Amino acid sequence: MSDSTASMLDVLQGFVHELRGAGLPVSMTENLDAMRGVEHIDMGDREIMRAVLGATLVKQQRHRAAFDTVFDVYFSLFSPAAADRAALDLPDELFGGMSGDMSGGGAGGDLSREELAEMLLRALQSMDMDELRRLAGMAVSQFAGMEPGRPVGGTYYLYRTLRQLDLDDLSARMMGQAHERGQVPDDPLGERLAREEFEGRLRELRNLVEEEIRRRLVADRGVEAMARTLRKPLPEDVDFMHASRDEMIQLQRAIQPLTRLLAARLAQRRRRRHRGHLDFRRTVRASMAYGGVPAEPKFRRPHPSKPEIIVVADISGSVASFARFTLQFVHAMASQFSRVRSFVFIDGIDEVTRFFEGTDDISEAVHKVNTEADVVWVDGHSDYGHAFSVFHDRHEREVTQKSSVIFLGDARNNYHASQNWVLQSLQKRARHVYWLNPEPRGYWDTGDSIISEYAKYCDGVFECRNLRQLERFVTTIAEG
Amino acid sequence: MGERFESVSDVVARLRGVDYLADDNIAGVVFLADKLEKPVLVEGPAGVGKTELAKAIAQSTGARLIRLQCYEGLDEAKALYEWNYKKQLLRIQADREHETSWEVVESDIFSEQFLLTRPLLEAIRAEEPVVLLIDEVDRVEIETEALLLEVLSDFQVSIPELGTIVGRQRPIVLLTSNNTRELSEALKRRCLFLHIDYPEIERETEIVRVRVPEIDANLAEQVARVVRSVRELDLKKAPSISETIDWARTLIYFGRSEITPEVIGETLHVLLKYQSDIAKARKELVDSPGERKPGIAATKR
Repeated sequence: MSDSTASMLDVLQGFVHELRGAGLPVSMTENLDAMRGVEHIDMGDREIMRAVLGATLVKQQRHRAAFDTVFDVYFSLFSPAAADRAALDLPDELFGGMSGDMSGGGAGGDLSREELAEMLLRALQSMDMDELRRLAGMAVSQFAGMEPGRPVGGTYYLYRTLRQLDLDDLSARMMGQAHERGQVPDDPLGERLAREEFEGRLRELRNLVEEEIRRRLVADRGVEAMARTLRKPLPEDVDFMHASRDEMIQLQRAIQPLTRLLAARLAQRRRRRHRGHLDFRRTVRASMAYGGVPAEPKFRRPHPSKPEIIVVADISGSVASFARFTLQFVHAMASQFSRVRSFVFIDGIDEVTRFFEGTDDISEAVHKVNTEADVVWVDGHSDYGHAFSVFHDRHEREVTQKSSVIFLGDARNNYHASQNWVLQSLQKRARHVYWLNPEPRGYWDTGDSIISEYAKYCDGVFECRNLRQLERFVTTIAEG
Repeated sequence: MGERFESVSDVVARLRGVDYLADDNIAGVVFLADKLEKPVLVEGPAGVGKTELAKAIAQSTGARLIRLQCYEGLDEAKALYEWNYKKQLLRIQADREHETSWEVVESDIFSEQFLLTRPLLEAIRAEEPVVLLIDEVDRVEIETEALLLEVLSDFQVSIPELGTIVGRQRPIVLLTSNNTRELSEALKRRCLFLHIDYPEIERETEIVRVRVPEIDANLAEQVARVVRSVRELDLKKAPSISETIDWARTLIYFGRSEITPEVIGETLHVLLKYQSDIAKARKELVDSPGERKPGIAATKR
């Protein structure tokens, strides 16, 4: 075994270790497969390397983003950008760029911002990847102001670099030039397609800049430290209440497939669970074949009793995103229930079922809930007590033995009266009363949270901070 | 060890030879599957060419494609083998006149000629190179999955009456899944994983040109760009590659050489299958293509 293979195996072990640290389940066999796999390929080719490691180590598409992040960190030193440089003086060059030495950037060291923009524009027009990569490197040297050992994340440097490059301006100029050359047909459709094309190219540039920054950071801080800073929760573990904008989008996209999987699983289980009642007529008919002996009992098809779901959700600021996801999730699962009704409240309460019925665009419906529902009574601060008593007056009689009532909220009542007798009487009427709280259990009953007041009359109170927990809960109720 | 391909670029070239355009990821995984002799679990949205990939591998390596289409209720008898009991009955009845001993009859009716081979056994026994495609594996029950696992891990099967049949070669095995349910951990562990997504614009343009040879380069690129734009919308079902190809063919058929909003309006139903999706795309691309929510492209992907 050559030295380079040996060191590659070390890198791989660190890599797998970090994947596990990020929460990906990598088994022993998969680890071995990866090691056997890389023996067959040219390790210099990063994309092939990514393909091989991805195929052996990641078996779920929703874990792929986490894998890619770790991969980019661990193999940033094997990137094409790195391969370009003489391997030996790599470290020197890296710090040269970082020490704020503006002229350290190879050929055209002291380019002005305008000159760099010009060159970028030209490279973007022809999509000359090598040139773009070189320019991205120069941009990082000039604008990021990277200092060795400084404990800031890559996003900070990325932001500084991109601000100087002014991508919006570049996009506008690309558009302008394309217009001048008559490359864009003079209609709105052509315009739209061209803009999408240019946005795609700029995204490419942004990725190159990001890659360059990551490479330098890794060289400065070492692979492990860097990977740890970038570690993000997997989509199913993202906390609803603290999700960033990107994570929100990820969650949105995770919901659909998840509900589909869950619905399929539930349907299958329900079908197989047990047979229905004895079908007397068909049993007698079948007994004719055996001379009147009912040797072959026949059964009715089971009638799975699907519960009716009533969701009552707090949509005030602090828990809004949680309520939104849960509503979306439950409505996406509507086929598993005989009916889903939803109510939203802040201090007033409004039924929003109508937004969801008759449309298959659930995100549109959620948008309507946020803008059109009449949920403010006095001041727009959560008042569970008032909302519940109104619910009691208007809708209590519609709650029956078949209904499961699910309350969503953090039970932070702004010190209003709890009116928990509403839940008490609901519990008598309904099949089940559940409460989902998006706060960590440790915060319950602190400050103005009065969850235990309500918990007295619930059949279950669940912590529900991420998709994983939400999925588990929905399985429980759908099974009856 | 598999020796079908020499290198990743060899995979790309050979697949290209049969009109399948593979990217680095696809080619890398196929190469690895051959070298490590492991089955590949292929996932991805409907119509991105999962089944096509298996066909292309078979064609490019000169192997026979054996396909096992999965469905709910698929069992051993339909996947592996079954005794042809009607023929066995006939054989026994035909024997009534002669005083043949039971042992003779038994050894006779449990011989090869009474065996109905199903796809899995066929793949194991094949003399010539084969590619085994297990299509839509997510449709079978967990129990059948266990059966598949057993076969895939050793590539042998024991038939009580005949003994163990060991595969003479290791075929390339592809399992496709539309992800309607989560497959078992054990199955995933034994497979390589390949997620095929919608292609990049350049690749889709090429695919269109390869599959619709009469199209000119410019129109093919326009097709790919419009399709990408459509996929950016928030749709119930984004257009698949096969729908892109259908659309390109439709355009040729109507004799269009240029894509205008009107042309899109006329032919959108080829690309999209849900009424709500068609309405949405029409609104975005045909009625007011200029107005576009800012930053939508930036937030996606």
